[in-house]
Amino acid sequence: MQHDSGTGNGAEDSAYVRFEDVQKSYDGETLVIKNLNLAIKRGEFLTMLGPSGSGKTTCLMMLAGFESTTHGAIWLHEQRIDNVPPHKRGIGMVFQNYALFPHMTVAENLAFPLKVRGMGKSETEERVNRVLSMVELPQMGDRRPAQLSGGQQQRVAVARALVFEPDLVLMDEPLGALDKQLREQMQFEIKHIHESLGVTVVYVTHDQSEALTMSDRVAVFNDGIIQQLSTPEVLYEAPDNAFVAQFIGENNRLLGEVVERTSDTEIRVKLETGETIRALPVNIDASTERTTLSLRPERVQINPPEGSMPNVLTGKVAEVIYLGDHIRTRLAVAGHDDFIVKIPNASGHPSLSEGEAASLGWTIEDCRALDA
Amino acid sequence: MADITADGYSPARDEEDEAQDKALTTADGTPLKISLRRSQARQRRRAFYLVAPLLAFLVVTFGWPIAQMTFRSIHNPEVANYLPETSAAIADWSGDDVPDEEVFAAMARDMKTGVEDRTIGRAAARINREIPGARSLVMSTARDVEEMSPPYRDAFLAEDEDWADLEFWRLIKRETRILTPAYYLLALDFEYNTRGEIVERPEVYQVYRLLFWRTAWMSMAITGLCILLGYPIAHLLATLPLRKSNLLMILVLLPFWTSLLVRTSAWIVLLQQQGVINDLLVWANIVGDDGRVRMIYNQIGTIIAMTHILLPFMILPLYSVMKTIPPSYMRAARSLGATQFTAFTKIYMPLTIPGLAAGVLLVFILAIGYYITPALVGGESGIFISNLIAQNMQGSSAQLKLASALATILLVAVLVFYWLFNKLIGVDRLKFG
Repeated sequence: MQHDSGTGNGAEDSAYVRFEDVQKSYDGETLVIKNLNLAIKRGEFLTMLGPSGSGKTTCLMMLAGFESTTHGAIWLHEQRIDNVPPHKRGIGMVFQNYALFPHMTVAENLAFPLKVRGMGKSETEERVNRVLSMVELPQMGDRRPAQLSGGQQQRVAVARALVFEPDLVLMDEPLGALDKQLREQMQFEIKHIHESLGVTVVYVTHDQSEALTMSDRVAVFNDGIIQQLSTPEVLYEAPDNAFVAQFIGENNRLLGEVVERTSDTEIRVKLETGETIRALPVNIDASTERTTLSLRPERVQINPPEGSMPNVLTGKVAEVIYLGDHIRTRLAVAGHDDFIVKIPNASGHPSLSEGEAASLGWTIEDCRALDA
Repeated sequence: MADITADGYSPARDEEDEAQDKALTTADGTPLKISLRRSQARQRRRAFYLVAPLLAFLVVTFGWPIAQMTFRSIHNPEVANYLPETSAAIADWSGDDVPDEEVFAAMARDMKTGVEDRTIGRAAARINREIPGARSLVMSTARDVEEMSPPYRDAFLAEDEDWADLEFWRLIKRETRILTPAYYLLALDFEYNTRGEIVERPEVYQVYRLLFWRTAWMSMAITGLCILLGYPIAHLLATLPLRKSNLLMILVLLPFWTSLLVRTSAWIVLLQQQGVINDLLVWANIVGDDGRVRMIYNQIGTIIAMTHILLPFMILPLYSVMKTIPPSYMRAARSLGATQFTAFTKIYMPLTIPGLAAGVLLVFILAIGYYITPALVGGESGIFISNLIAQNMQGSSAQLKLASALATILLVAVLVFYWLFNKLIGVDRLKFG
């Protein structure tokens, strides 16, 4: 499947899909999407990530043409498409439960988009075979979808969305129905297909690890707003706000008051229990008083050498959970008893037992002061 | 991805398993299948006990009467039972000339027994049904038979010269058969002529074939109308938000909560020539007062009223199937480039076939045996075969055996229809509600 990339000039490539001031309301009283602006590059794998009800699926449906925009415009390849009916948009889509037509065989399912485009029989057959071997199901053309396993159905669904060679493919939580192992396998397969074909993919999921694994960029949705749009590394390492920090990966939260702005890269925060923590200000401005400190569980060091860490608190071990590769330890620290520390299951790391007291240390950069 | 068994499915492995199954035994050497059956026997027995009362009820109230009905429609015992000696004697009669003394003597003995047992009247009535006037011939001779002396042939002929009537004797000979197709012939507008050949009945008496045909085509028309009216409503029901669809569903079910008789009478009120619809038409100057439309007591009336009554039987199975079709199928079709129309005809319609087929089966089979509505609003031209079956079961001119034959034909027609339908669609795919 060759994709035409010769016609695109620089401007087009930078915004292959563009949401421009898009708003959406279902009932005329509340906005599900509040003023969305989003530009997706050609060939990019962009994931819309968020909890249910955050507006990510609505966004996708507006792009596919199944929901109308209440306000604003959607551009695809410099053409306004928000008033174009779905069958004329030429966008491939993979649905949550695959939506394979149960009364047709796999080959008929794959031939459907070609048939409605009036393609000849021999070419249709050739393309169907090509796409079947691409998803490595070359012998399955005569089966019905119900005779396939979940993973195979998933592949057929992907193949069907790609068989008419769209430049843009949308995926609405396509792996939600698969078990964990298969899901991880399919994540890589979809990623490889994306890389080898060069199609633009807009992917919707509520699974943050899926989003981090697959995406070039992730748009974190909450409450109808994109909270942060960035690469997976940045989202994890440098979340912009408390929601993103909480939603992406595991996170310890400590609430406190800003007592001193030492510099642009350091503030002092006084916790409710009186301890003072040195932290990195992220979205703290001059007037902010209360803040949430965000700290990744794997960045906490147990019993650090004296003076090696700028922040040290003591805690009491409340629970120890053995997880194989690491030991998840829950401690009571600074008035919270849900402070999690991940201790690698390897030599050189201490093992704690329940009721034991331990000192916990971390650096200034790892402790991010966010909005309260 | 190279290994398809990673997905838990491989055709090759399934075949291997099957081959192994055949040889499998339990630890003590009994074949696995036998021991599985044994272990499940208790469960099966319990299941049987649970359905046994219903099974017994059905056999007594459904199976047995149907068997009786079918048997009666061909059973013809009167002549053979009540004139046993005559039946034996007449077997050798050629049929070309008045029977000889042997037959008349047998008839005389039968009459004597018949008078004593008071059964001669039944035999006479049976013969009278085929040859009007035969009853009095038999009865009057039977009264005098005690005083007669051999040779009976001359005595009988002296009593009444009708005893020389060959038609009468041919009839007796024909009717000695215990089983007869005569009622089926009648039910299809055929009969035996005087020489015992099967011929069409005179055209003025022909009614049943016409009625069967009318019942069939009107049932088809009603089924077709139910599809046309029911399909969009079922679709609406399946796609509307729950609150609105519940209300609509109540409207669909409302007719079920009203007596059939009341609904049918309501149609009479609406459709009759002095009725609501005609009044409206006249009021709106669409028709003149003398040109009131005849919409009831004919085929139109039957079709309108029955379509209304049977509509829910089309809507409910359709709805139950449409409810299970996720909207993502249509969306998928649209995103793949199909227009709304193509998506509907290629994706949605084929998926509703199980419901459609179930609806057609229900409505058509119900319609073909419908009685009360055609009886009330059908008039002369809009009645069904079931109305004639009922007619043949009531009153002084009741012909129960003809009614049985008609009913059996109807039953067979329904079974044939069901069988054909099963061949075409597959009943296991149907969904009734």
